[in-house]
Amino acid sequence: MKTMKRRPGMVMAGLATGLLLAAGGAGAQGAKVKVGFMLPYTGTYAALGNAIENGFRLYVQEQGGKLGGRELEYFKVDDESEPAKATDNVNKLVKRDQVDVLVGTVHSGVALGMAKVARETKTLMINPNAGADAVTGAMCAPNIFRTSFSNWQPGYAMGKVMAEKGHKRAVTLTWKYAAGDESVGGFREGFEAGGGKVQKDLTVPFPNVEFQALLTEIASLKPDAVYVFFAGGGAVKFVKDYAAAGLNKTIPLYGAGFLTDGTLEAQGDAAQGLLTTLHYADGLTNAKEKTFRAGYMAAYKAEPDVYAMQGYDAGQLLGAGLAAVKGDVKNQAPLIAAMEKATIDSPRGPFTMSKAHNPVQDIYLRKVEGKQNKVVNVAIKGLADPARGCKM
Amino acid sequence: MDLATFLIQCLNAIQYGLLLFLVASGLTLIFGIMGVINLAHGSFYMMGAYFAYGLAPFVAAWFGESFVLTLVLGLALAVLIGYALEWAFFSFLYRREHLQQVLMTYGLILVFEELRSILAGNDVHGVNAPAWLAGSIPLSDLMTYPVYRLFISAVCVATGLVLYVVIRQTRLGMMIRAGASNREMVQSLGINIRLLYRIVFAAGVGLAALAGMIAAPVSTVYPNMGSQVLIICFVVVVIGGIGSIRGALVASLLVGIVDTFGKVLFPEGAGVVVYLLMAVILLWRPEGLFRSG
Repeated sequence: MKTMKRRPGMVMAGLATGLLLAAGGAGAQGAKVKVGFMLPYTGTYAALGNAIENGFRLYVQEQGGKLGGRELEYFKVDDESEPAKATDNVNKLVKRDQVDVLVGTVHSGVALGMAKVARETKTLMINPNAGADAVTGAMCAPNIFRTSFSNWQPGYAMGKVMAEKGHKRAVTLTWKYAAGDESVGGFREGFEAGGGKVQKDLTVPFPNVEFQALLTEIASLKPDAVYVFFAGGGAVKFVKDYAAAGLNKTIPLYGAGFLTDGTLEAQGDAAQGLLTTLHYADGLTNAKEKTFRAGYMAAYKAEPDVYAMQGYDAGQLLGAGLAAVKGDVKNQAPLIAAMEKATIDSPRGPFTMSKAHNPVQDIYLRKVEGKQNKVVNVAIKGLADPARGCKM
Repeated sequence: MDLATFLIQCLNAIQYGLLLFLVASGLTLIFGIMGVINLAHGSFYMMGAYFAYGLAPFVAAWFGESFVLTLVLGLALAVLIGYALEWAFFSFLYRREHLQQVLMTYGLILVFEELRSILAGNDVHGVNAPAWLAGSIPLSDLMTYPVYRLFISAVCVATGLVLYVVIRQTRLGMMIRAGASNREMVQSLGINIRLLYRIVFAAGVGLAALAGMIAAPVSTVYPNMGSQVLIICFVVVVIGGIGSIRGALVASLLVGIVDTFGKVLFPEGAGVVVYLLMAVILLWRPEGLFRSG
């Protein structure tokens, strides 16, 4: 009797276990892909971090909230643009939240810290801004991608443009830090390949903005042209000081695009007519740019900028990878292979990934007109970063 | 470096030094006379710059465009704020340790940055120099010198003179100097030392804000602009001797010269030459060039 009574129970238990297992399996298949945003949400770069996240989310929304058939779950950590906290912050996402994909960041020092952890833990990482050459150079890894640019790229393109304009001798000026050195390095390569000669490299300690002594130095060196790398407040001050010193009338000034991006309001007349190079510009006419701009305006009631565009493309790149593995984010080898082969239909124009996972992209020559960096032409088509030091 | 370039660089050095003096004089007043380490001094400088940017449209709307009126209004506001801050926070700090002063004034930096972010946003802003100062003077065949920079120097020199006269030649200055050397004695002679300190503090804030407003058209207005100025000002105050206005002037000019020529002659070490100068001077005179009191 007892055994008879027990039997149905055991059957039930067995059935239940089976059902649970089946449910568990189905659950794993439909589980959300965990995306970890490690971006600056406070401090000077807060607006950039938000723009990147907005861009990324916009792409996912356009796909009906799913990539590769899977829904996404977002985790956020404010990196405060603080390199010293980078490892701790990225571990919050990797170890605590166990994210599948890291998206970040703006500050190059923080991005290098992220890349180190991503390399060690083999977590997929997409860098939507930071330009440090090393991210896709010495630090490159199969699981690390970038959808923005390397500091070398706009610099190299401007070197070529300035040489083509017939400038023979140039002086460079930047803050003495990695991004400035890399940008000037790229410039020198492009300029000297075109037959020019860098007369002197001038630097200012970062983030010092007292330029008067160096403007005097430039005037006494009398070069044909000046190439600079500055961003933000320093860029505004430099462009205004350069004009106030009267040098803009005699020695043409050129720069990497950041010199006039997001700063034109404050630079006013002093920036008019300045030529810069970047992988994005105002007045692009491709179809994707139009839909992206309209979509972003509708979603956030604001004009998208270069950072929003890079975030959007980070979403596209991840989407291309997840589509190939039907959302199975743990299946990393084919996922990475698909991302490597993808052609991203970006608002900047289509781009592909280099061997070291940096965009192979057109660099535009832009001219400041009013409050816009209007595209003049393509300075270099399909420019790839040389990825020095990358062993992959 | 030919003679013309050398002379222009000297002009640059003096001009930069004078601007440093204007900010540092307020710091040395507060630090030297009241004994408070005020890390928030850079924030007052930033506050001034944002006043120059933010008040100009209001002044233009109500009184017509006037740079001088903006300066006066901003200065009055800054002095009021300084007065209120002394009453609310700093008056409790005089008898505390330096560590507590550092903690509280650092906290104030965070509060000011957050307020700035809420009220004015995180963007970079340009401030236009008034039309009557917008011209420039040709210096060499290539280079011109903006008149506005000369105006900055003139304001700094004038402020320095006023400070000197007030502190050395007036009754108020005498009380301030006496208060710095012996607080209790001054109090027992029937002088309201609390009010005196409040005035000195408000004046210190006013000086920093004035420097920020005057500098705004050339420095532009941006988040965290105070922190850079703060460090170099502490260097000036320490070199000059804490509390000495004369020391601050000499030290500012020294720092201006060393920084300007350091950038040109030793670009690799430009970041450290100023600190080397400080180290050498402190080895030679541990109390700074001019020890007051």
